[in-house]
Amino acid sequence: MTQVSTPSAAPVPPAPPAAAPPSQPRLGLLGWLRFSWRQLTSMRTALVLLLLLALGAVPGSTFPQRSLDATRTARWIEDHPTAGPWLDRLGFFEVYASPWFSAIYLLLFISLIGCVIPRTRILLHQLRATPPRTPKRLERLPAHVAVEVDGEAEEVLEGARKALRAKRYRVHSHGPGTLSAEKGYAKEAGNLLFHLALIGVIVGVASGYLFGWRGDVILPVGQTFANTLIRYDTFSPGPWVDPSALAPYTLRLDEMEATFESRIQSKGQFGAARDFVASTTFTPADGSPSRAEEITVNGPLETGGGTVFLLGNGYAPKITVRDGSGTVVYSEATPFLTVDNLYKSTGAIKVQGPKGDLGFSGFFLPTGIIDDQGPRSVFPDALDPALALTVFEGRIFTSSAPQSVYSLDTTGLTQLTSAGGDPLRIWLKLGQTYELPGGRGSITFDSLDRYAGFSIRADPGKTLTLVSSLLSLAGLVASLVIRRRRVFVRVTDTGPRRLVTVGGLGQGDDDGITDELADVVARLAPEPAS
Amino acid sequence: MPNTSLAGYANLAVYSAMAVLTLATLAYAVFLARWVPARGETVASVAPESELVPAYAGTSTAYTGGSGDAGADQPAVAAAAEVTAPAEPLGARKAAGIGLSLTWLATLLLAVGVGLRGWSVQRWPLGNMHEFATFGSLAVLAVFAFWARRRDLRWLGIFVVAPVLLVLGLAITVWYTEAAELVPSLKSVWLVIHVTVATISVALFGIGFALACLSLVRDRLATSGRPAWMTRVPGGAALEKLAYSLHIIAFPLWTFTLIAGAIWARQAWGSYWNWDPKEVWTFVIWAVYAAYLHARATTGVSRRTATWIAIAGFLCIVINYAVVNVWFVGQHSYSGIS
Ligand code: HEM
Repeated sequence: MTQVSTPSAAPVPPAPPAAAPPSQPRLGLLGWLRFSWRQLTSMRTALVLLLLLALGAVPGSTFPQRSLDATRTARWIEDHPTAGPWLDRLGFFEVYASPWFSAIYLLLFISLIGCVIPRTRILLHQLRATPPRTPKRLERLPAHVAVEVDGEAEEVLEGARKALRAKRYRVHSHGPGTLSAEKGYAKEAGNLLFHLALIGVIVGVASGYLFGWRGDVILPVGQTFANTLIRYDTFSPGPWVDPSALAPYTLRLDEMEATFESRIQSKGQFGAARDFVASTTFTPADGSPSRAEEITVNGPLETGGGTVFLLGNGYAPKITVRDGSGTVVYSEATPFLTVDNLYKSTGAIKVQGPKGDLGFSGFFLPTGIIDDQGPRSVFPDALDPALALTVFEGRIFTSSAPQSVYSLDTTGLTQLTSAGGDPLRIWLKLGQTYELPGGRGSITFDSLDRYAGFSIRADPGKTLTLVSSLLSLAGLVASLVIRRRRVFVRVTDTGPRRLVTVGGLGQGDDDGITDELADVVARLAPEPAS
Repeated sequence: MPNTSLAGYANLAVYSAMAVLTLATLAYAVFLARWVPARGETVASVAPESELVPAYAGTSTAYTGGSGDAGADQPAVAAAAEVTAPAEPLGARKAAGIGLSLTWLATLLLAVGVGLRGWSVQRWPLGNMHEFATFGSLAVLAVFAFWARRRDLRWLGIFVVAPVLLVLGLAITVWYTEAAELVPSLKSVWLVIHVTVATISVALFGIGFALACLSLVRDRLATSGRPAWMTRVPGGAALEKLAYSLHIIAFPLWTFTLIAGAIWARQAWGSYWNWDPKEVWTFVIWAVYAAYLHARATTGVSRRTATWIAIAGFLCIVINYAVVNVWFVGQHSYSGIS
């Protein structure tokens, strides 16, 4: 006759790590420090900080962020004269660099280190120690089974030992007639790996910030980019980067291919981008021969000194300006910056003259129309390209301050007007020439090229970040899947037979522990003598 | 070039699935309603529990009762299914059977719909909100249908099927997007990996959310006079455990989603983390569910509090999907350098 009891609904939770209540009286400075440390490294604090981290991240998605879109941020602040400056002061436009957000994650990670180190020590200690002694009353454990079997006590115990070993338990006997067994140390190890690897992620992110850099460059078809600081339109190095030490490779843009949706007419689809391919000739820095490389949106080019990403593209109309005598004073493929999905683009043409400079500013439109919304593009491909420009006169190249090549600072310049006194507006289609009034010369829209917008970036921390996050994931899975269990066995005599009592203790919710015990018992007495 | 007639058949399959799901909803409703005992309500409060606590009545060894602090919601285990089976009204059983069969039918129809959609656009059918919602609904139905084969989940049916019906309704109307090719940034194997895992994870979180809500409601109603149909639903504590078991599968998947998303962001955008609104919310969701698992493991934090955190996590998912996708300005256009 054998007996098995049922499990209680909720196994007794094992003692929480580091949960000792702080001692009450007379703390003193050291006491206070110790108290604060214990508070900071408690799981409850970690929980609150995690929720705060989630909450703190949200404003970064609802308010425009300066680091992502400075223009939109400035406009938002302008549109909200009361709230804007206040929110700005509180860091709502740079959430992820704000003191309060940093405080949350720094506290969280200090807490994490403070929590993980003692837990690692405990685990290492447990790995070296033997499973704890068999409790006096096994029937007090959340799950227990009793079974009567035949055989000598030693034999029976040996059978139990085998059964437990087969189930990958570590088994130890603290005294005659008893066994203590434990398994699933990997659960705690996995959990620690998960938390430790999170620290690795943070270190990886931080080193990427310190040692990484990025630069953007606009490269019209036919031109060559040499990887030196001066060739970048913008360059943002991390604090510990030496920008003069860039690898001297070159990259020539041979062709920029862009395809757009023209068959599906519905909103949101018509004109959507379909494919961008930049065909380039890449000459590595190490002196190896040039080779053809295709750079696509999901296919960056590894150069050995930064990775080249194709992040944008647009048009660079070739424009020629002649002076009154017909001499060419400007002839260049001039990139216009794309401002909307239909490739309406803005740009400027600045021409230096002996008496006065001429400045053209306005829009390039790949499929241009003018209606009551003004000049605009109705399709992103160059089906009917047009330039819509206004003209200014005066001294453009005076100030020493650096100017954007894509816009014209019109302060101090005079705008040319038509005969009626309205500002002069030039509408040029491909191949057309416009004669400027007053014998000032002419402007011609000769031909059209595309450009590629490359972003070149280096992030030396990314491998550490990736490896850490994968380790973290592995640790998480181990921690959630593996069960930590203790099983105790006691063999006593009941007349001619032996009574084997098996008790089990699981960590957290462990509904399966009863099955486990039943299995151990079944291995002991494959055919119960009932 | 997308094949429009195939896309039309795909929509037809979705509509048919919706019709079937409507019937399934009715069937599950009848199941819950029919269970109301004729006199008093003592009959049924035992059976569902037996599913949740393993019973040993079948093994060769004999058992007697044991320890345990079984509360009102945790009745003795020995009462196995056969004991209560006769108490199950025939109408209820039939209704649930019909509901389950219809759920399978709807799952198959939806799978056909998703497959046809993918065929019509010649790519993995996870490129826009319509496709996410359809694929996600399929994942929810499939998880439920397979899980229901392993344990008695008939009481859960209506809470799964009705929300799916709602989501499909939105998918085929407000979120509808014509079958089309993708923008260049989405043409990547990482789309397949990242978005598929994300969708499956959301499906699991979704069922977990239904269970979490039910467990709170069940707890609340246990103290007041609960409506009779609630007797079909397991006790609050058992529901909470079921919800947890889904969350611990979904959470690593979501962690993977986050990592895969970062890898893809590096491929397509040049940097693995840009604090793009979509990324922010993926992270927020991750942190909230991490807090949930933490809360559940923290002594002194009640299961109810933890459950509320899980519910907050799913609300974040809903926001991420329905609000962030539509309203927030993010890194979605590739027309030029900004
Ligand atoms: C970056 C912040 C943190 C995150 C994202 C995080 C996340 C998690 C997750 C998801 C779990 C569940 C895994 C499981 O149940 O086995 C967990 C468990 C745990 N965490 Fe954290 N945690 C963080 C910080 C901390 C800190 C600061 C502490 C120490 C106070 C801590 C202590 C623990 C403990 C002891 C467990 C195991 C609970 C158990 O299973 O018994 N965690 N954590």
